[in-house]
Order: sequence, then structure tokens, then C-alpha cells
Amino acid sequence: MAEAQAQAPGRFGGHLSVAAAARFAAPIGLVVVFIVFFIATPDFLTTDNISDLLVSASILLVLAMGQQMVVTVAGIDLSVGSNLPWSAAVLGYAYTHGWGLSVAVSLALLAGLAVGVVNGLLVSRLNMTDFIVTLGSLSVVSGFTLLLTSGNTVPVNSDFLRELAIDGIGPVRWFWVLAFLVAAVVGFVLFRTRTGTYLLSTGGNIDAARGAGIHVDRIRLIAYASSGLTCGIAAVLFVARTGGSDPSLQTDLLLSSIAAVVLGGSSLFGGKASVLGSVAGAVLLQSLINGFTLLGISQYYQPIAVGAVVLGAAFISRFQK
Amino acid sequence: MTDATSNPEASGRTATGDPPLVRITGLRKSFDAVHALRGVDLTMAAGEVTALLGDNGAGKSTLVRCLTGVHPPDAGEIRFRGQPIKLNSPDEARRLGIETVYQTLGLIEDLQVWQNLYLNRELTAGFGPFQVLDKKSMISHSKEILSRLDVDVPNVRATVRRMSGGQRQSIAIARAANWGKTLVIMDEPTAALGVRETAAVEALIRRLRDSAVTVLLISHDMAQVLRVADTAYVLRRGQTVARRIVKDTTGDELVGLITGAIEGDTHG
Repeated sequence: MAEAQAQAPGRFGGHLSVAAAARFAAPIGLVVVFIVFFIATPDFLTTDNISDLLVSASILLVLAMGQQMVVTVAGIDLSVGSNLPWSAAVLGYAYTHGWGLSVAVSLALLAGLAVGVVNGLLVSRLNMTDFIVTLGSLSVVSGFTLLLTSGNTVPVNSDFLRELAIDGIGPVRWFWVLAFLVAAVVGFVLFRTRTGTYLLSTGGNIDAARGAGIHVDRIRLIAYASSGLTCGIAAVLFVARTGGSDPSLQTDLLLSSIAAVVLGGSSLFGGKASVLGSVAGAVLLQSLINGFTLLGISQYYQPIAVGAVVLGAAFISRFQK
Repeated sequence: MTDATSNPEASGRTATGDPPLVRITGLRKSFDAVHALRGVDLTMAAGEVTALLGDNGAGKSTLVRCLTGVHPPDAGEIRFRGQPIKLNSPDEARRLGIETVYQTLGLIEDLQVWQNLYLNRELTAGFGPFQVLDKKSMISHSKEILSRLDVDVPNVRATVRRMSGGQRQSIAIARAANWGKTLVIMDEPTAALGVRETAAVEALIRRLRDSAVTVLLISHDMAQVLRVADTAYVLRRGQTVARRIVKDTTGDELVGLITGAIEGDTHG
């Protein structure tokens, strides 16, 4: 992971100040948020709170890793907002129909992957605009979810999933391990494999990539499929954490997943990726929500705060060349 | 001066008996009602710099796209080392060792120089699905490639975004030359460059020729053609109108042939 970051393009400094601030927006913001909340409340920087914070951040982090793949190829995946509840609903449906947990989890992963593959095919093969495709599937998939669940929350009472959410190896929670693995795989693929080079090339200059003989359609499909699969993984974590699947919830994860990637220093125009930055971005956004809750600030302010951070990141990224 | 066209193979560096590297005869290509190529004849001798001249719309780009497998020609023949070839995709041209430097260069700005040199030809270590990029080899080979061609890029680990126009052009040419073992096609390589950078790119073209790479150079700069090319072909309205040995011609004559002020040698 550290090496992956070292390979992030454009690390050769020189332009300090604003450009550097843009690149390191997420880590800098993370430190600032930690200091502010540490001063504001003694409850923030405690072992228990940080442990729980990172568990909540794990779900967002996994989603952000999928979004990172899509953003790298200059795309955007808006369907994560409904793909996560959809995959969670499939898990709940399969589990409550007595198909066993392993089958239910597999189906949830497949359900997420399927949405990603359809997005990818529409974008790459039919050359439809990514924004419209995933906006459309955002709506279609949320409809499927409501049909499957009739709009009801499905409780999933699985000891295995409960332990997954609560336990770990000593102080290291299982959620962290899973999130770390997903981030490590994404970092490895992006910066250590030919596929990663093709992802960065396709996002950076699709005509040049095609001219070099890279199968850009396949590469874009891989990106969207990865995002779908991470939605499936995040859905399993989500069900484990909340003990059920709620079809109406979690649309704010969509904005947060994009925000985490943008905060991390990746360009929405593609071709630039920073896995560590996106990880820091995800933890930063979760810390904001966590700190606000601790301080007793009305949760109605949370979307304002998250949105303001995103707008701030977008503003700073203007200075990033 | 005009007798050169009567026997295209009599001159140039081709040893007697060796077929030319590329020989194009009667090439035609239409796009619906537009006849882009209406009978092009062109011979490229191995190890020479052949210049391709013509006004906008004369068919230069279409000819290049036929040579690189982008557009299959409607009629006519392309012989490569004496063998007739049919190119149906850029991959096939690439397999013959034909590389093209388009005006857009085809570099990925946010990737590093070595990544661009090895784009889609990455070296890997490992086996099966666990192929890991062999960065060390690619970086050290990239340094060799660039120093062999005397290209002035101090750090192969810098991103292309940080390179000047001349450096970018040189990197794109070096990439084409490194993989294009037989023929490198360059589409106006110095159109966007300053005087010093142009000189550097021209020196690079000469080094390519010295290392036995055949070059097809598309250029609007007559002085440049006179400086670096061995043979020049002039296209007008989709047809070859003249072939000139560069040391026996002048810029004025070439310009006249391009505009039509001087009648060509071949029938219209």
C-alpha cells in the first residue's frame, strides 16, 4: 500500500502550497478534524470510539475503493447508492428463505457484481454516457430492491455476521481486516499489474490507450464490475453491522464514496489514482459524522458538513494541475 | 530531373536485387462519394527517409491509415519486403514492425516516461494470473532506449506532463523506433515545435536512419524535407504526381509540385 502510493503519478514535488494542499487534502483534513474533535470533546480520541469509527468507515472505504476504480477510468458510478441496499436485500431475502449464510453472501456479492457488469457493458459497449447510465441504474435497481422486499426491512440474525461486526483478532476488528484487504487488492491491481496501467491509461487518454492497442472497452468493464463487486462486499458488512437490510437507507453513501475519492486527490477526469488518499478521505468523512454525533450536533447538519467538505475539495482541486 | 520517376528502384540505398521495404501500387480508397486515394504508387527503400508531401486533403493521412491497418484499401497492392500484405488492423501492422507517431503523439500525460515507452508492452514477472509489473527492468531499459537515441529526458520516472513539446515528441518517436523495427511513420513531427526542438527531432530522425530504420516522414516544411529526407513523393488529389531524389531537387520545385504550379510526371 505504501509502495502503491509512492507510484501515484505526479508525486515529484516542486509546486508546494496550494497544489500540495490539493494532493494531500485528505490526510491534512483528517489531522485537522482529529485535532478539532480532540479539543472539543474528551470522548472522541478514545480507543473505543476510534475502534468503532474505523468499523463504520470500513463500509464507506470498501465502496470508495470501487468508486476509485471507476474514477480512474474517468467514469463515475452513481448506482452505488442503490446497489448497496440491493445487494443487502438479496442477502436478506436469501437468508430468510433458509438458503444458508454462505449462499446468501455469495448471492449478495453476485447481485452487486451483476449491476456493475450491466453498467460497464452499457458504458463501454454501447458507448452511453457513464453519468446517465449509472443514474438510470440507480433508479432501476432501487425499484428492484423495493419489489424484492416490498419495502420492508429484513432482519438477518446470523451469529457469524454478528461476530464479524463485533469481533476481531485482538484489538484488530474483522471489518478493518476486510477493508484493508480490499484496499490492498485495489492498490495492487492499480499500481502493480498491467491491468492497472491500462486503467490509468484509459482514464488518462482513451484515444492514446486505444491507439496503443489497449482494449479500452474491456478495461472500462473491469472498472465498473469492480465497483459493483465492492458494493456487494460493502452490503455484507452493512448487514453484519446493522443486523438487517433496509431498502430505503444509505443513499448518503453514494456522495460520500465519490467525496472520499475526490478528497484523496484522484482526478474526476481520470488517469490519476491514489488508494491511500481515498482511504484517508473515507476515514475523514466518517470522522466528521462521528464527531458531530459525539458533540450532540443535530444530524441534520451532517449532510451540510459532508457537502461543504466535498465542495471545498472540489475548490482546492482546481489548483491541482 | 524528372527521369527519376521512370525507374523508381534504380536509386536509393537499396542493394540491387533486394526488394524495397514497402512498395505500394495503384492504391485506391473511397469514403462514400469521396475518393481519397485515386491511385497511389510509392516505394520506400529500406533504411531511407522517405518524405510524403501534399496539400491538405491530398490523401497523405488516408495513405498512412492504409499502411497502418486502420483503413483497408479498396484496390491496389501493398508489398512488404516483396510479399503482398493485407492489413486489417493496427495490430497486424504492429506485428510487422510498423509503428506510427501521430500528431497527437499518443502519450498518457499522467503516466511516467518509462510507462509510456512500455505502454501495452509491459514487462512482467511471475506466472499465470499473478503477473506483476517488472518496473526495475522497464525503468533501466527505458534509460537505455533514450540514451541510445540521445534523447534529452533527464528522468524517466517523471510524468510526461512535465515534459516540453520537444521532449514529448522525442519520447513518442523513441517509442515508435524502439518497437518499430522496420518502419516508423511520422506525421508532421515538428509542426508544434520551436527551432531548437525541431533540430533535436531532426537529429533523432537521422540517428534512426543511421541505425537502419526506415522512416516515412509527412511534413509541410520543405527545408526540413531537404535536410533529412532521401526521397520525396508528392501527392495531389489522391494521386502520386511526382517522385524526387531530394539531393537533386529544390524546395521551389517541391512546392510547385504540391500546388500544381508544376505539372506532375504521372498522368492525371
